[in-house]
Amino acid sequence: MSETLPILTLLVVLPAVGAAVVACMPSDNERLIRIVGMSFAVIVALLSIVMLADFKAGQGDFQFLSDHVWVRDFGISWKLGVDGISLFLVVLSGVLFPIAIIGPKVHHDVKGYVAWMLLLEAGCIGVFLSLDLFLFFLFWELVLVPMYFLIGGWGYDRRIYATLKFFLYTMVGSALMLVGILAVVFLHRQATGTLTFDVVTLAKEQSLASSTARWLFMAFAASFAIKVPIFPVHTWLPDAHTEAPTGGSVILAGIMLKLGTYGFLRFGLYLFPQAAVDLAPVFLTLGTIGIIYGAVVATMQKDLKRLVAYSSVAHLGFIVLGVFGLSQQGMEGGVLQMVNHGVSTGALFLLVGMIYERRHTRQIAELGGIQRVAPVFAGVFMVVMLSSIGLPGLNGFVGEFLVLIGTFVTHRWWAVVATIGVILAALYLLWAYQRVFHGRAEGANAAFPEMTMRERAIMAPLVILIVFLGVYPRPVLDRIAPAVHDLVSHVEAHSDYRQPAVAAGEAR
Amino acid sequence: MPPLELPSVEWSQMAPELILIVGALALLMAGTFRREKSMVSGACIFTIATAVAALVASAGLWHDVAGGRGGARLVMADALVIDGFGIFFTVVICCAVILGALLAHGYLKQERLEAPTFFVLMLLSASGGLLMAKANDLIVVFLGLEILSIALYVLAGYHQRREQSREAAIKYFVLGSFSSAFFLYGVALTYGATGSTNLGAISEFLRSQTVTQGVLLGGFGMLLVGLGFKVAAVPFHMWTPDVYQGSPTPVTGFMAAAAKAAGFAALLRIFFSAFGNQRLDWQPIVWALAVLSLLVGSVLAVVQTDVKRMLAYSSISHAGYVLIGLQAASTRGIAGSLFYLLAYTFLILGSFGIVGLVARKGDNLTGLDAYRGLARSRPGLAFAFTVFLLAQAGVPFTSGFLAKFYVISAAVESHSYAIAVIAMMAAVVAAFFYLRLIVVMYMADDQEMAGLGPTAGAPMPAPLNVASVDGGGVGTAVASAMMATKVEIPFAAGLAIGACAVFTILAGLYPQPFLDFARHAAILLL
Repeated sequence: MSETLPILTLLVVLPAVGAAVVACMPSDNERLIRIVGMSFAVIVALLSIVMLADFKAGQGDFQFLSDHVWVRDFGISWKLGVDGISLFLVVLSGVLFPIAIIGPKVHHDVKGYVAWMLLLEAGCIGVFLSLDLFLFFLFWELVLVPMYFLIGGWGYDRRIYATLKFFLYTMVGSALMLVGILAVVFLHRQATGTLTFDVVTLAKEQSLASSTARWLFMAFAASFAIKVPIFPVHTWLPDAHTEAPTGGSVILAGIMLKLGTYGFLRFGLYLFPQAAVDLAPVFLTLGTIGIIYGAVVATMQKDLKRLVAYSSVAHLGFIVLGVFGLSQQGMEGGVLQMVNHGVSTGALFLLVGMIYERRHTRQIAELGGIQRVAPVFAGVFMVVMLSSIGLPGLNGFVGEFLVLIGTFVTHRWWAVVATIGVILAALYLLWAYQRVFHGRAEGANAAFPEMTMRERAIMAPLVILIVFLGVYPRPVLDRIAPAVHDLVSHVEAHSDYRQPAVAAGEAR
Repeated sequence: MPPLELPSVEWSQMAPELILIVGALALLMAGTFRREKSMVSGACIFTIATAVAALVASAGLWHDVAGGRGGARLVMADALVIDGFGIFFTVVICCAVILGALLAHGYLKQERLEAPTFFVLMLLSASGGLLMAKANDLIVVFLGLEILSIALYVLAGYHQRREQSREAAIKYFVLGSFSSAFFLYGVALTYGATGSTNLGAISEFLRSQTVTQGVLLGGFGMLLVGLGFKVAAVPFHMWTPDVYQGSPTPVTGFMAAAAKAAGFAALLRIFFSAFGNQRLDWQPIVWALAVLSLLVGSVLAVVQTDVKRMLAYSSISHAGYVLIGLQAASTRGIAGSLFYLLAYTFLILGSFGIVGLVARKGDNLTGLDAYRGLARSRPGLAFAFTVFLLAQAGVPFTSGFLAKFYVISAAVESHSYAIAVIAMMAAVVAAFFYLRLIVVMYMADDQEMAGLGPTAGAPMPAPLNVASVDGGGVGTAVASAMMATKVEIPFAAGLAIGACAVFTILAGLYPQPFLDFARHAAILLL
C-alpha cells in the first residue's frame, strides 16, 4: 500500500484540507461540523497507524520518503520522511488530535475551533516529517497561528495576554532560527557549491567551521529552547497552558512542547554535532534546573491547571536531559518520554478540564472529597497521575528511568540532582490528589457528577496507552533505537565525543 | 545654421507610458464634455482598461527583452532603457492602478466626488512612475518623479471638504518639493563629479575612477535623500503618517503602493546599476537607513491607535526590508527587493481597501474601535484583513513570508548577519500590532481591551493639528452611531480586496512564477 500511496504527504495535507472544508461549511450546523472535522482527524489517525504498521523496525534511516522540488531558485523541496525518532510523535499527533477535537466541550463557534485544530494538526505533523529546513520552518511558524487563535478565541479570562505572550515569545526564537537556517544553507553553498535546504545533505557534508557552528547552533537552540521550554525562557508556558481551552492545553502539552525537543534531536544534534557536544553541559544544567524549579513551583500552585503546567516544565527537563546526555539509553528514554509526557499530561489536562466543566473552578482549595462521590473519575485521575509521577508499571517510569540511567553514565552529577525531581513530582502530585480527592465532599463537591460514558470513551485509549507503554515498551523501543543509534554515531563521527561503552548498550 | 539633429523616437518601445498618458488625456477631455453621475463607473472602467492595455503592451516588451529579440535596449537617445527591471515595475504600478481604481470607485460615489479628474490624476502619476522605473538619465528620473508627485499631491487633497485631506496635501506638497530640490541638487553634484547625467555614462566614468570625490559622495547623499523621501525611509519619513492618514483612503493605498514602487525603482537602478562600482561608499548608508526604517517603523507602529497611521508606520518598516535587498547589492538582493515590492503592493492595497470600507461614509472611522467585532458582522472582510495582516507579519504560506525570506536570505548570503537579525526582531515587534488588530476583530470584548496597552479605549493623541480620529465634521456621538451600522462592501472594492487576498495566498503557496519574474527582472537590469 505504502509503495504507491504518498502517505506522509497525505498525513500533512489531509488535515489542512479538512480545515479548509470545515471553514467553508455553514456555521449553524454544529453537529455536521463535528462529524466532518472528526472524520478527517480519524482518517489521519488511521493513516498514522497504517504508517506505524508499515514502518520497518530495525532501520535507522528515513522511510516513506517523499521528495519534490518546490522552489527551484533556493533548492527548496517538499521533502518528508519518518524515522524512529519522529515515528511515534506523528502517531501521537494522530491519536491526540481527534481526542482534543471531540473531547472537551466547546461552547461557541465550533466551526472555528475544529478548523483551527485541523490546521494545527497539519502544522504539527508537518514539523515532525519535514526533512527540508525551509519546509520545517514554514510548518514551525504555521503552528503558531492556529494556536494563537485557539487560545485567544476559546480560552479563559486572561487569554489575550497569554496568547500574545505565547506568539511573541515563540516568534523571537523563530526569528533567530530563520537567520540561522539561511546562514547554514549559504555557508554550505560557499563550501560545496550547491544550494540546498535538505537536512540530510547538510548534516552529512559537515561544512561549517567550529566557531560558526556554535553560533548557528545557538540560533537554532534559542528557538527550540523557547518552544520546549527550557528554564529560564519558560515563562510563557504557565500562562498559555492555563488560559488555553482544554483542547488547546492538551495539544500544547501533548504535541507542541515536543516540537522543541524534537528540533534539538533532528536539527540541533544532527546539523551541529560538535557544537551540541560542546554546549551539552549548559543544556544539561538548564534542564536539571528546570526539573527542580518546575517541581518546586508546581508544589506551590493553588490552581490545578497551573500545577500541571509547571509539572510540564519539570518533565520536559527530563527529556532535555535525555537528549543532551548523548547516550544511547538516555536518548531512547528521551524520545520515549516525549510520547509518554504527551499521553499523560494530555490526559491530565483533559481531566482538569472535566473538573472545571463540573465545578467552574480549578482552585485546589475549593475542591475536596471527590473520590467518595465520583470513584471512577478519581481512579482514572489516579492512574494518569501515577504515570506522570513515574510509577513502575506505568509509562512514565520507563522513560524517566532510561533517561536517568543514560545520563548517569555520561554525566553523573546531573543525573543525581535530577533524580530529586522524581521525588518532588510524587510530592506535588500526590499532595494535590490528596487535597482534591480525599476527605469529605462538602457543598458543591458533594454533587460532583461521575464520569459519563462519553468521557470514559475519551479517556480509555489514553489509559490503555499508559498501561501498555509501561508494561511492554519493547515494540516502541525497538523502533526508536536504530534511529537513536544512527544519531549518536553521527554525533560521534563528527565530533570528539565518544559515549562510554557501557552507555552504548541498547535498552532492550 | 546647421539643421538641428533630433534623436530618433522609438514610439513602440514607450507604448505603456504612452497608453497611460493618452488614456489620461482622453479621459480628461471626456470629463469636460460630460458631467453626469454615471461617469464614475465609466471612468473607472476606462481607467482599468487603460492600465490593462499598458500591461498588454508591457507583455509584448517583456517578450522582446526576455525572449532574446535584442534583449534590453536603450531608446530615445539613451534617455530610457527598456529592460526586465523597468517592465517589472510597469506591471507593479499598473496593478496598483487597477486595484486603486477599483477601490476608488465606491469611495468616489459614496463621498460624491468628481470622478474623471481623480482617475486622470491616477493615470498620470502612474505614467510618471513608469518613467522613473525606465529612466536611464537622472534628468528623466526627475521628470518622472515630478509627474508622479504632482499628481499625487492633488490626489492627497482630493476630498476638498475634509480638512485632514487638505492638510495632507499641503504637507505632502511642501515636504515633497523640498525632497525634489534635494534630488535635483544631487543630480547637479553628480553631474559635477562625473560629467554626465546619463546613468550609463556615469557608470562608465566610475569604472575608470578609483578615488571617490567628496562632490560625488555629496551627490549620492542628496539623491538618497530625495528618493528616500519618496519611499518613506527613516529619517525622511516624517510626512508619511500624516499624509497617509489624511489622504482619502484609496489614494493612500495607491500612494503607498505606486509611489513606493516608483521610488524604489529609481533608487535600485541608480545605486545598484549606475553607482554599483562605488557600493562600498553607499552600502553603509543604506544599511543605516534600512535599520532605522525597520526599527522606527515597527516600534512607532506599536503605539498607534489609528489603523491608518499604524499601516503608515508599518509601510515605513516595509521600506526597510526592501532596502535590505539593496544593501546586499547582489542580484539575489535586487530580486528580493522586487519580489517584496510585488507582494507589498497587493498587501498594502488590500489593507487600505479594507480600512477604507471600515471607515464608512465620511472616511473617519479609522480607530481600532471601529474594528471591534468585525469578524462577526463581516466575516469575509475580517478574514481577508487577517490574511493581509498575517502576511505582513511574515507568516508562512503567504506572499509576505517569502518576501521577507527572500531579502533576508540575500542579506545572509552577503554575510550581513546583523541586519538579518535586526530585521527579524523588527518583524516580531511588528507582529505585535498586526496581532492586536486581529485580536480586536476576533476576540475583543470590552473588558479585555484594557490589557492591550494603548488601544482604542485610550484617549486619542491629536496627530494632525485639527483632527483627531473622530474629528472633522463628525462628532463622537455620530461616530459611534455610525460604528453600529454594518460595513458596506461595494462590488468593485470587494473584487479588489478579494484579488489581493487571492494573490497573497497564491504567491505563498505557489511562488515559482512570481519568483522567476522577479529574478529575471533583476538579471535583466541593464
